[in-house]
Amino acid sequence: MDDLDSRAAQAQAEIDKVDTLEALDALRVGLLGKSGIVTAALKALGALAPDERKARGAEVNRVKDRLADALTARKQVLEQAELDRRLASEKLDISLPGRDGERGGIHPITRALERISAIFARLGYQRADGPEIEDDWHNFEALNFPPHHPARAMHDTFYFGDGRLLRTHTSPVQIRSMKGRQPPIRIIAPGKVYRSDSDQTHSPMFHQIEGLLVDETSSFADLKGTLSEFIRAFFERDFEMRFRPSYFPFTEPSAEVDIRWDAEDGSTRWLEVLGCGMVHPTVLANCGIDPERYTGFAFGLGVERFAMLRYGVSDLRAFFENDLRFLKQFA
Amino acid sequence: MKFSENWLRELVEIKADRAALAHALTMAGLEVEELTVLGEGLAGVVVAEIVAAEKHPEADRLQVCKVDAGQGELLQIVCGAPNARVGIKVPLATVGANLPGGIAIKAAKLRGVESFGMLCSAKELGIDADASGLLELPLDAPVGQSLADYLGLPDASIELKLTPNRPDCLGLVGLAHDVAALFGSAVKVPAQGVAPVTGDAKRGIRLEAGKDAPRYLGRIVEGIDPAAHTPLWLTERLRRSGLRPISAVVDITNYVMLELGQPLHAFDNDKLEGDIVVRHARVAEPLKLLDGYEAKLDQGFVLIADEHKALAVAGVMGGFDSRVTDATRNIFLEAAHFAPAAIMGRARKLGMHTDASHRFERGVDPELPRRALERATELLLSIAGGHAGPVLVAENLADLPKPATVVLRRTRLKRVLGVDVADAEVARIFTALGMRVEALAEGWQITAPSSRFDIEREEDLIEEVARIFGYDNIPTHSPAGALALAIEPEARINELALREQLAARGYYEAVNLSFVPAELLARWDFTERLVPLANPLSADLAIMRPSLLPGLIEALRHNRARQQERVRLFEVARVFAAGDPPVETPSLAIVACGNARGEQWGEPSRQLDFHDLKGDLDALIAWGGEPQRWSVHADGLPGWLHPGRGARVARDGETVGYLGALHPQLAKALDLGADVHVLELALEPLLARRLPLAQPVPRFPAVRRDIAMDLPEEISWSQIEQAVRGSLGTRLQELRLFDRYSGKGVEAGRKSLAMGLILQDASRTLTDDDADRCVREAVAALEQTCKAKLRG
Repeated sequence: MDDLDSRAAQAQAEIDKVDTLEALDALRVGLLGKSGIVTAALKALGALAPDERKARGAEVNRVKDRLADALTARKQVLEQAELDRRLASEKLDISLPGRDGERGGIHPITRALERISAIFARLGYQRADGPEIEDDWHNFEALNFPPHHPARAMHDTFYFGDGRLLRTHTSPVQIRSMKGRQPPIRIIAPGKVYRSDSDQTHSPMFHQIEGLLVDETSSFADLKGTLSEFIRAFFERDFEMRFRPSYFPFTEPSAEVDIRWDAEDGSTRWLEVLGCGMVHPTVLANCGIDPERYTGFAFGLGVERFAMLRYGVSDLRAFFENDLRFLKQFA
Repeated sequence: MKFSENWLRELVEIKADRAALAHALTMAGLEVEELTVLGEGLAGVVVAEIVAAEKHPEADRLQVCKVDAGQGELLQIVCGAPNARVGIKVPLATVGANLPGGIAIKAAKLRGVESFGMLCSAKELGIDADASGLLELPLDAPVGQSLADYLGLPDASIELKLTPNRPDCLGLVGLAHDVAALFGSAVKVPAQGVAPVTGDAKRGIRLEAGKDAPRYLGRIVEGIDPAAHTPLWLTERLRRSGLRPISAVVDITNYVMLELGQPLHAFDNDKLEGDIVVRHARVAEPLKLLDGYEAKLDQGFVLIADEHKALAVAGVMGGFDSRVTDATRNIFLEAAHFAPAAIMGRARKLGMHTDASHRFERGVDPELPRRALERATELLLSIAGGHAGPVLVAENLADLPKPATVVLRRTRLKRVLGVDVADAEVARIFTALGMRVEALAEGWQITAPSSRFDIEREEDLIEEVARIFGYDNIPTHSPAGALALAIEPEARINELALREQLAARGYYEAVNLSFVPAELLARWDFTERLVPLANPLSADLAIMRPSLLPGLIEALRHNRARQQERVRLFEVARVFAAGDPPVETPSLAIVACGNARGEQWGEPSRQLDFHDLKGDLDALIAWGGEPQRWSVHADGLPGWLHPGRGARVARDGETVGYLGALHPQLAKALDLGADVHVLELALEPLLARRLPLAQPVPRFPAVRRDIAMDLPEEISWSQIEQAVRGSLGTRLQELRLFDRYSGKGVEAGRKSLAMGLILQDASRTLTDDDADRCVREAVAALEQTCKAKLRG
């Protein structure tokens, strides 16, 4: 009995010292295996008297359980150590760049244009389109610009040999959208427009968005409300705004919209951002819509201007140089 | 339209300071574009006379002047101005004055000589840009008077950006009426004078241009003093209104034009022969204009002529030969009404823009000519003397524009503006604007003054009410009208989503101008169906692009020249082809060069190749869900593609675009390498998308068998695919190419392809025998049609 106890105590010490799983397993076999000391002690029970056997048996089983627990505990410790070693050896430099993580980006003009279109889409405006090579009727006459009218002089126009022209504004889309259709009409028409003017603040090609609403109730107050909401939605902030009387042949009353802009030097100034007005009755009539029954409003804005303000672009020409060092800023 | 603020204030009471006036003008649709304050900080500046001038003992360019500033004793002033001389009157900034430029005047010694003040140029006083010498004042200027008082300063030069519908404000009197309406005040315009007629010279006037020139007034003034000087008050007003003084006669006609808005012209009466004839020009009729330009006119122009020759282009510019010179003693003054339609575009056609054409093409009040003629005569007689003959009138009353009478309905006013404007306010506005108002049950009947060409219909009146009532006073409101719900077709890919997709694949969107140089197109060999502009800005911007690629490649080169080795750009825009109407096709183009992947650490780097770009194409096609409708072909390539590394892309057999490497010759000409690849496709086919129709997923597992085949190099993958598909039919679910090899171990001119056959049957699980049979059939088909050998 003392013998088993002392052997068990010795085994316990050995278990605690073992530092590989293999050695631990060998130890387990030596203790609990077929020819292990515990097994031998159990076998020896048969030679004892029945009453002695019972007490001795219980004792041997206790030793067996104690050793088995010690082996399991040590095994867990060793396994954990081994896992820790492996994890340590598998450590990566996670700061290395990932593979194929590059992405490109859409152009800031597209970005601003889509943002504007999306705001109006939420208000039920449908996207409309028209040709960039227009005829005089759609670009001017139907919009109430008589031939040679001084208002035309404000549109430096590119012409083609056959008398067609590059549209100078997106307003002809109003005509194309209203023809053959009856109100209610809500359209938004983004696109390229052209004026034969090129300097630091003018590009011969630029982008406009035209908006048009025609129904049985709309008024100048609705126009003011719509554009105020739009400005707030686009810039995500409130601006002091003013509607200033102006003149466009295809709207009356007409207005230009200024917002109070904070300059970088801390000063503020009025900045013109939009032209708009109530659709001229002649224009409605030109499109087969009864101007007595229906009223509407139209507005036009320069996308570059909005993109410049929104994204802090100071040079218009940067938009058309396609320099990656510029484009990457909008990815 | 530029004018002097003080002048306007003389014509109308303005109960507002300068800033409030500018704001009110802008908010009434008369936008103040520029406001320049003149002559502030002139305290201590007085009129002085130089009574003696000697050379400075120590400095060649300086003079020591004795100046009378009305202070009893003479002041000694050292002055460097070239025009400083005895006898002239000039501004003197006395000791203690602080000039606008920040110069504080103190007693000082200049090169050892004491100086007690500074004689000034116009620029130093902040009243003009002229810094060439001292501002010489008229000889009758009172010595000692404050210069500000003498010149009527301070003042402001205000420039309005007038819209084309408001020609009535191109004269100060018209502007004064609008301002009066804005401030609820009264105009103080002097009543029309009548100049005394002391001469009897006459000349006949014949109107032969019909509606184009329905009224022509003239008057001969004889015996004027050709050397007469324009008084300072008048030249100052001209100057502050942006006009340079020229000569008394011209200054007076300009002054009246600014004051009333009626352009006038003065001829040298001695150059005229017989009657004045107002007629259309003859074909190619020549006329040398005031500015020396030899114009060739046509029947679209109205001319002022005499019995023998053309004298002036009506409403645009006078002629050179009949101009007033410094020898002219007898003049013929003209004040006429020309129809806007007869003047519109005429100056532009001659490549000019004049103060007269600017006004006439917008419309000048037909009642102004007599008033303007009387006013000009009055000024002329008082400034240059002479004897005025009777006013000569020719007119066709029937052709003169009639004042419009328009009804404004109360309900319409509210409907359009969305606000109630009180009846009394509406009536006040129209009355203040000089319109006649008659109350009607439903609203008002309004008769516009003859100056208001823009009042033709009800909306014009609504605009006037809105303008004066104030846009600021109209509420803001959200539209509550009916809404038609827009239906967005699901079988179409959103264009923005397509752009985002390309961005996600590493491409940056570019935006190029739509015009390209002819030279560049020639280099790419785009020569057919081009659409050239008739009036391009330059040769570089001459032709509407027939393809996005030439411009996009230029953008790629721009970046390559700026240390960007790997460039990936795309653009979505229209391309143009001649036609009636011209054809505009929305198009997508991609250009790429450099490494296939961005430079990185984990894998060997590789130049971009054809199949990288084809992968982009495959991804776009896959999005539409119908890849089977698409095909690529090696034939029918454009000249700018590499003939062996290019492909024609077709959808349903119809060509929709191309992709591949640039032709080496073109690449070389553009200084580019073999790594540059391009793709251009019509956009619409790419946006078409199949509406999904769900099929049951296969209930039985697929089986995979791999085979390696040895084939001749010239057999294309599509031939192989066709052969295998043809032999296995629906049992072949997918054919995957997973290796391609040629070189050692493969006979020259042949290649080895390893492919996986994914086999499946809809009704049962395929057995090993089934799979083996499939492989045998596929191999047999490849052996037969593709000269293939199964590799061991």
